[in-house]
Amino acid sequence: MKTAEEIFNLLKEKFGESVIELKTDVPVEQFVIVDPLSVDKICFFLRDDNELQFDSLMNLSGVDDANGEKVKDEQGLETISGGTLSVFYHLESTQLKHKLTIKTSTGREKPEVVTVTEVWKGADWHEREAYDMYGIVFLNHPDLRRILMPYDWEFGYPLRKDYKNPEFYQGMKVPY
Amino acid sequence: MGLLDQEFTDGNIVIAKTEDLFNWARLSSIWQVGFGLACCAIEMMATSASHYDFDRFGVIPRPSPRQSDAIIISGTVTFKMAIRIKRLYEQMPDPKYVISMGSCANCGGPYWEHGYHVLKGVDRVIPVDVYVPGCPPRPEALLEGLLKLQEKIRNESIVKKSA
Repeated sequence: MKTAEEIFNLLKEKFGESVIELKTDVPVEQFVIVDPLSVDKICFFLRDDNELQFDSLMNLSGVDDANGEKVKDEQGLETISGGTLSVFYHLESTQLKHKLTIKTSTGREKPEVVTVTEVWKGADWHEREAYDMYGIVFLNHPDLRRILMPYDWEFGYPLRKDYKNPEFYQGMKVPY
Repeated sequence: MGLLDQEFTDGNIVIAKTEDLFNWARLSSIWQVGFGLACCAIEMMATSASHYDFDRFGVIPRPSPRQSDAIIISGTVTFKMAIRIKRLYEQMPDPKYVISMGSCANCGGPYWEHGYHVLKGVDRVIPVDVYVPGCPPRPEALLEGLLKLQEKIRNESIVKKSA
């Protein structure tokens, strides 16, 4: 059993700059913020280290932080420019019975995070969902396609805060 | 229905109008496509099971649209599924009937405003004969919908074009 703080110190020692901070002033469990392009290396360590043994990725989800600047486009619709999109990883060690939450943030204009499918196979569809809903591109993912929306959905990523539904999709009216 | 009122005394012959005979045959054996979408499909299956027994009205799930008479749209119609529903409907032979079951299939239901993925009513892709309200409708409500459909078929004409 290790606390989030102990794990953070271990990671900080091993990865230095790539591990950004431990967030403690949160009402939920404390989480470690890491660099989006080093997630895979950190996760390999978390899985394989004898003192950590995070063998289970319980959940992986995308978040639109909506912390950018709100701007009106030519048609007067509000869009968000700048800011970040985030990915949260909820890990558990079934052997050592401890848990850890990792967060990584990436720029909204070109959201790129390294995949963890090599670490946990189950991450595959979770990452496809995050891509489908937020447009976060997981680098080196084996099969990064939309998973829930139609493959030919060309109107953006529906869970982004500035998403606008189209009027028509394949001849079907979309609004109520 | 005027089908059995002119029975001959020896009991072998019944005289009826072709229209009545056809309609009676059609409404008594509505085979539905073995097809369900969401929680409404659970109620539809309950209606098919022994307690409510859809089979007593001649309704059985037929696992081929090419040999079915009706399709019950039982659940949320997403855009992805709407395309497939349209194809299923087009594969069914005439005469064919559609029962829209539950709020989602009727008008989008709880997804009417923020459902970026939901078609707001299956009648935007295929013509619907009977709408069954409810979320989901109880088996009794679906049975009522079926009786309404039977009523509609009973009054059809082979001469006049139906709507």
